Amino acid sequence: MLWLLPLCLFSCREDEYVTYMTDEDTGVPSVEETHFDGLYILNEGNMGSNRCTLDYLDLSGTDSTIHYYRNIYAERNPSTVKELGDVGNDIGIYGSKLWIVVNCSNKVEVCEARSTRRLGQVNIDNCRYLAFDGGFAYVSSYAGPVQVAENCPLGRVYKVDTLTMQKVDSVVVGYQPEEMAIVDGKLYVANSGGYRVPLYDNRIMVIDLATFQVIKEIEVDVNLHRLLADSHGQLWVTTRGNYFDVAPALYCLKDDKVVARLEVPISSMTIVGDSLYYIGTTFSYVDGGYKKDFGIVDVALQRCSVAVTFEAPEIKNITLPYGIIVNPHDRDFYILDAKNYVSSGELLHFDADGHFLWRVSTGDIPSRGVFLKSK
Amino acid sequence: MRIVLLIFLGSVGQWITAIAQDSVRVIDNVTVRSKIRYHETITPQTLKGEDLEKVNAHTVADALRFMSGVQLKDYGGIGGLKTVNLRSLGSQHVGIYYDGIELGNAQNGVIDLGQFSLDNIEEVSVYQGQRSAIMQTASDFANAGSVYIKTTSHLGKRSKSERGNKATKCHYLKTKIQSGSSNLLRLSALFESNINKNLLLSANAECLSTNGKYAFRYRRRNHDGSIAYDTTATRQNGDVQALRVEVNLYGNIVNGHWQAKAYTYHSSRGIPGAIVNNVWRRGERQSDDNTFVQGTWQKDVNPIYTLRAMAKYANYRTHYLNKDTTQMMVDNTYRQQEVYLSLVNVFEIAPWWSVSLSDDMRWNYLDADMPLFVHPTRWSILSSLATAMDLNKVQLQGSIVFSQYLDKTQSGLQKQSINSWTPALFASYRPFDYVQLSGFIKKSYRMPTFNDLYYTNIGNAFLRPESAIQYDLGVRVFGKAKLGFNGNEALTGSLEAHIYHNSVHDKIVAYPKGQQFRWTMLNLGRVHIDGIDVQAQESWRVMKNLRLSSRLQYTYQRARDVTDKTTSYYGDQIPYTPWHSGSATLMADYKAWDLAYNFVYTGERYCQQENILYNHVEPWYTSDIHLSWRHTFDRTICKATLEVNNLFDQQYDVIINYPMPGRNFNVTIQCEF
Repeated sequence: MLWLLPLCLFSCREDEYVTYMTDEDTGVPSVEETHFDGLYILNEGNMGSNRCTLDYLDLSGTDSTIHYYRNIYAERNPSTVKELGDVGNDIGIYGSKLWIVVNCSNKVEVCEARSTRRLGQVNIDNCRYLAFDGGFAYVSSYAGPVQVAENCPLGRVYKVDTLTMQKVDSVVVGYQPEEMAIVDGKLYVANSGGYRVPLYDNRIMVIDLATFQVIKEIEVDVNLHRLLADSHGQLWVTTRGNYFDVAPALYCLKDDKVVARLEVPISSMTIVGDSLYYIGTTFSYVDGGYKKDFGIVDVALQRCSVAVTFEAPEIKNITLPYGIIVNPHDRDFYILDAKNYVSSGELLHFDADGHFLWRVSTGDIPSRGVFLKSK
Repeated sequence: MRIVLLIFLGSVGQWITAIAQDSVRVIDNVTVRSKIRYHETITPQTLKGEDLEKVNAHTVADALRFMSGVQLKDYGGIGGLKTVNLRSLGSQHVGIYYDGIELGNAQNGVIDLGQFSLDNIEEVSVYQGQRSAIMQTASDFANAGSVYIKTTSHLGKRSKSERGNKATKCHYLKTKIQSGSSNLLRLSALFESNINKNLLLSANAECLSTNGKYAFRYRRRNHDGSIAYDTTATRQNGDVQALRVEVNLYGNIVNGHWQAKAYTYHSSRGIPGAIVNNVWRRGERQSDDNTFVQGTWQKDVNPIYTLRAMAKYANYRTHYLNKDTTQMMVDNTYRQQEVYLSLVNVFEIAPWWSVSLSDDMRWNYLDADMPLFVHPTRWSILSSLATAMDLNKVQLQGSIVFSQYLDKTQSGLQKQSINSWTPALFASYRPFDYVQLSGFIKKSYRMPTFNDLYYTNIGNAFLRPESAIQYDLGVRVFGKAKLGFNGNEALTGSLEAHIYHNSVHDKIVAYPKGQQFRWTMLNLGRVHIDGIDVQAQESWRVMKNLRLSSRLQYTYQRARDVTDKTTSYYGDQIPYTPWHSGSATLMADYKAWDLAYNFVYTGERYCQQENILYNHVEPWYTSDIHLSWRHTFDRTICKATLEVNNLFDQQYDVIINYPMPGRNFNVTIQCEF
């Protein structure tokens, strides 16, 4: 029995505690007027790791320096069994509520937007992205009816009442629907068909929000992903290509017709005013690195613009750019670096001209962000 | 041990010609002292016979928990994947040998040790570096470490204990029934028969059924000590139905022997999957149909030259099915085939010097019904040249392996052939009778698997082999003492310690490709490993009928990721590698009763590359109890065993989100006829 003693000296198992947030002080003085109280950053977490986490950048100016709070969900909601979940995919604020789509936990988590306290969840299998309109949240989902002779389910879009947090309706769309955008009372849904490799889907479904029926299909290109509307009533949609002989690209649609195609590989994009900020990565087997693309498209002119240069050395040294967030007022921007997917990511902040300001560590695979407006 | 060997030696002449099976055993165990080609410069860690039962081991994976320098990954439950990793080099560097021939998996290099039952296994040994005996195949010299699994042949063993008694039994039958938690039912039978003086047949069948359900609990406390959440649930979709049939023929020829084996394993199981927020059960299933036939033939052609030939054909089919319409539906079948031929030539130039030359030829083919699949084929040709010297107190062994790999795919891609040279040097020195010093230096490669290279959209055909360099120094002390009972040497014990440094270069790691869920493989890792392995065992006959014994092993490891200085995890301990781990077994035998207590400890570790709070995983340790009682009814020996595993019901994950079973029970009844 004496043999056992040395082993217990090393350490015994302790009770497991709720994971607490860490406060990272950037050391950078706070900016007085940002129009925002904060910025939520959603970290995907690798599939199966249950490590979707939520970080919060305090922009309120209450502290003398800018603080970044990492992993806030578990501390604010300690009784949620197994925390926020597996693979966070999208985040949005509508009214007073914060909505988080947790893809592999088959749920949309709803929190109070200021306190991040949990209000409830909406169970939606394999849910992907969010859109909001007229008191409803629209959630795209890969899980739908399986066609006869087709070993692949069609996707759906669910309509959720944002007050009761209940699903009220759903409509079948194409294969593996991704992002959505709303223009003139119509919901546009980009379908990827990612489960049907190599038979990708190439359609945008148009849903009339009044009847919640699909009224039209627009063929664009294979493996559609990102979809945004600009202030000119145009739609911007990305295709990831087929990773083989069809290259990724960005398409512009007006009046449900393709009006422009730009050959840029885009993994994340956001529109502020007439500027579509994008980042893209193309993996290269030659050196195991990425060809990184950063740029701006002028949506009015439908062509690339050089409004901001992405030449800062800190931008060049980003390992894996995974998301871009632009402050709609001041146009300072943030780039999210996902590193190798299985370690802490980074949030880098740049001013509107592309000069580096500061950086902090985030959770695993930071992908999206949403600003919390000042009261 | 040496005394036993001497007794054996004294009677070699007497029973070398006795029973066919006998001579097979003799060659393996007894001629150790006379033929240099069987010398092992460094003794392995071995668990055999009843000791395997006493540590409640039912699969090879269970047994390996009690070996030092071994990291076992366990995804939980009877059906959960279990893989082994020696001294943190990575599981694909380990060769698993089943009766002398390597088990292969060209698809992903993973051998699920949970699928290898110990029902008919006599011995499990772990060799760090390589087995340092010279009479072995080129692939034995090529791996960075090996696990040897040796099947039993009971009639051989029995006739040994009855040597000189000509009335050796002709037939032997053992039946076993086991029932336990998770609706476990395991039935097995082993039949052996001496067909004639030179031929022994052994047949073994086992079936296993379990629903795989067990309770698990996740609990978190707030920092004030109050409970934040405390949830108990039942592990689902972990059911297993498996059938294994194995037939062996052992034959004797003039100045030699042969063995032929047919092995078939069929299983259907649920893949329990990760437990994450809001997901408590999954629906993926896997079925395996693995069949192989293999043969070994060996003959001393003349006093100087011995030839061993081996051949194997394996056919593995794995079927993955996911009918869950909320996820990507999967219905894929993978078929692997392997043909293996090996020749081992040993020349005993002098009683103290021998040389061996071995050639291995292996052909692998992988077929899958996935779209865009490239159907790869691989030819592996390995040649080894080795020499061993026994200079009385000093033993030396050197080997060099030349490996050549050539891949072809259906899409027309022909990968440039990869050629490599890997040397190894082993030495031991015995300054005193009871002390042995040893050391080795070795370089080895592991080829990228078919999945690493050619998996649709993930594989990277430009991968280079991953290499490992090992340095090891060890000391072994063994002793015996007259203590207590009757003046015989009633206390025996040994202590062995190794200190080592390993490095892994061009480690093949999964790396993101930029879009969600998209990965590829890169030669992007470098790991430095420093470690200490310690093992001790002792056996004390306290009274005539009472024997107490114990085994202890401890491993310290520092395995640092030194890939890239700019990363946040540079210099950090690699994932799932505890600094401290160990086990202890205490055994007491009293008349017909055996009692054993097993303790397994795995210290704190990190589940991802960065050693930060969020990745910290608490230590775990389990206690198991084994109690058995033996009785002879007429000529039938019966044994009843009760096992309690995880006695204190510790709730833990070996791999996070894959909960392990809590306290569980097994009852076994075994009869030998």
